[in-house]
Amino acid sequence: MDQLILQILNGLDKGSAYALIALGLTLIFGTLGVVNFAHGALFMLGSFAAVTVNKLLTISKKVVDETRTDFLGNPLQVDVPYIYDLFGQTAGDVIIDWSVPISIVFATPFMVAIGFIMERGLIKHFYKRPHADQILVTFGLAIVIQQIVKYFYGANPIPTPAPDAFVGAFDFGVILGFEPNAISYPNWRLVYFFFSAFIIGGVFAFLQFTTFGMVVRAGMADRETVGILGIDIDKRFTIMFGIAAAVAGLAGVMYAPINSPNYQMGMDFLVLSFVVVVVGGMGSLPGAVAAGFLLGILESFASMSVVIDFLPGINQIIIYLVAIIILLTRPRGLMGRKGVMED
Amino acid sequence: MLGIEKKDLRLLIIVIALTLLAPFILNPFPEGSEMAQFNAGYPDLMQRFVIFGILATGFNILFGLTGYLSFGHAAFLGVGSYAAVWMFKLLSMNVLPAIILSVIIAGLFSLVIGYISLRRSGIYFSILTLAFAQMSFVLAYSVLTPITGGETGLQLALDDPRIFGVSQTATGNIPVPALFGLEMRASYELEIGSWLFTLNAGYYLSALFLILSFYLAIRIFRSPFGMMLRAIKSNQTRMSYTGLNPRPYTLAAFVISGMYAGLAGGLMASMDPLAGAERMQWTASGEIVLMTILGGAGTLIGPVLGAGMIKYFENIFSKINESVLHGWFAFLPDGLENFVVAVIYPFVGRGWQLTLGIMFMLVVIFLPGGLVQGGQKIAAAFKRKKPEDAKPNATEPAE
Repeated sequence: MDQLILQILNGLDKGSAYALIALGLTLIFGTLGVVNFAHGALFMLGSFAAVTVNKLLTISKKVVDETRTDFLGNPLQVDVPYIYDLFGQTAGDVIIDWSVPISIVFATPFMVAIGFIMERGLIKHFYKRPHADQILVTFGLAIVIQQIVKYFYGANPIPTPAPDAFVGAFDFGVILGFEPNAISYPNWRLVYFFFSAFIIGGVFAFLQFTTFGMVVRAGMADRETVGILGIDIDKRFTIMFGIAAAVAGLAGVMYAPINSPNYQMGMDFLVLSFVVVVVGGMGSLPGAVAAGFLLGILESFASMSVVIDFLPGINQIIIYLVAIIILLTRPRGLMGRKGVMED
Repeated sequence: MLGIEKKDLRLLIIVIALTLLAPFILNPFPEGSEMAQFNAGYPDLMQRFVIFGILATGFNILFGLTGYLSFGHAAFLGVGSYAAVWMFKLLSMNVLPAIILSVIIAGLFSLVIGYISLRRSGIYFSILTLAFAQMSFVLAYSVLTPITGGETGLQLALDDPRIFGVSQTATGNIPVPALFGLEMRASYELEIGSWLFTLNAGYYLSALFLILSFYLAIRIFRSPFGMMLRAIKSNQTRMSYTGLNPRPYTLAAFVISGMYAGLAGGLMASMDPLAGAERMQWTASGEIVLMTILGGAGTLIGPVLGAGMIKYFENIFSKINESVLHGWFAFLPDGLENFVVAVIYPFVGRGWQLTLGIMFMLVVIFLPGGLVQGGQKIAAAFKRKKPEDAKPNATEPAE
């Protein structure tokens, strides 16, 4: 029993990352009808936004500390971040410690801007082209973004720690009445889960309860009619692209402490997120979220040792296997709408 | 002649001439000169040129004609390599049975995957092939280690049975792949003046296969079967209304292109007898897509050119480092020189993939017919006189 709960929890954090990226992909697909292969690169950019903020906060000057000496006997030079000058040492330390959550503030406008530039500069010209062309051009864009990041940050993963307050694990076992330490779960992953739930809830509320969201939903259902009613639907779809980019970016920012950012991480997630989107049903937002969590949990169940002994290797192929079965038996995915991308 | 039109024959002759003379064409700079590092005429790289040419030609039969974008083609390449290495382990070091088996195995494998994946089209087909290829990759990497060698890859060993050959040579080494005694690594070095040309047995075997597969591709492109495949691309619904079932045609195209990939895999293993799982990863499939699109999908010569170009970039262009650049721009004043080098440096050397990505995007945006279309446009601009009647060209890009 405790094993089961542990696996569900393990599935949740991976599932939240899948769900967030798949949500962004579906937003773009549902509104603009574009298959965006560069979405993984946006996720990766988000992660590197966290790295950048961390680096900027720790820009330091050399100060000679007279009280200590280095191994040659000269006065020791100490790196003092400039942020100490602004806020003092204690506050400065706290700010550096919380750099990942602080990055959210900077990453959101940055990602929205990137989304705008992408949509207006490139994707706009591909609405009328076949899906294969859209896949290819965004695939090329993903390569370019990756290489630019590689040029500036190098090829090695850059560890980006979570705030000290969230280091360590949370013991679910005690709360639920099991043995202590039976179900312990890293705190940051718990934060990640709640964060993604918050973002997902926010996006759904935005679409459901605002006038803007209502127009966007109407545009998703029937673009032409909305246009005829005198609404500039293209402009709103561009904004939705920006929001989708921000969702992917924020997923990346918060994922930085879980998985040290490297320039290829986007591609790894992209393949899985596409599978998630297809399983959930092209164009269905609840489908994307549900499939994300479902596949995340299935994956962690498949990595239980009992299952692996029975079917070796199943943990690595389960997602693809499920996708193949779903695609062949339910052509529209789990919750796909009628008439969206039905070949 | 050979059952093909004059225009295609000319194309075939160009390809034959290019492949046979490649050791000379690719070595334009004298040995020891400053530019010698841009010589691409060494066997290892030339083999890669033609092997990836075969691979891209095969992929083009599927994507260029039917429009089905497979994102899992590298799986067939990997399966072909594994099959060939197993032949070397069990049978003998002769490359011919190894290549034949790798083609057959890759064909069977693509028959299974194609039969399932082709039930859907468009993006779903891409995702299905991607899923199958990733599954093959992770399985080859982990669970199937007894068959595939896992992380280290499948290698030859001294105690392999090799029932028709020898387990080890008289000197106690692992025998090398050979074609009836002609070792694949055997080279003849030709020195003319200060130029050094290497004529390699393995390269010429691969080149022979490239010419054969190119000829076969021409025949497929011009056949009624090729016409059917084009019909699938332009309007599948209309095709089925005329009473034709597109499925057998697409499946045949898928299996043929899978067998091409198997041939490429078998050749790759024959040149260097080891096979690794990373050949099956989806980034490798992406590379095949890049080659085909860059050269020109739906054209005959395009994919071969694209393959050659990407491999040239990967191996030669990537060698340009900062000091080489400084050498080139030494004639400029110092400040300007540093500036120019700083601007160019991110795009060359280790940044070659950035240039490749930008070029690929430009091609997709402006030249859907690839570099071949670009070449045609330039040619058309020079001889404006007969704009349209000269067009029913062999290499017209399929829309």
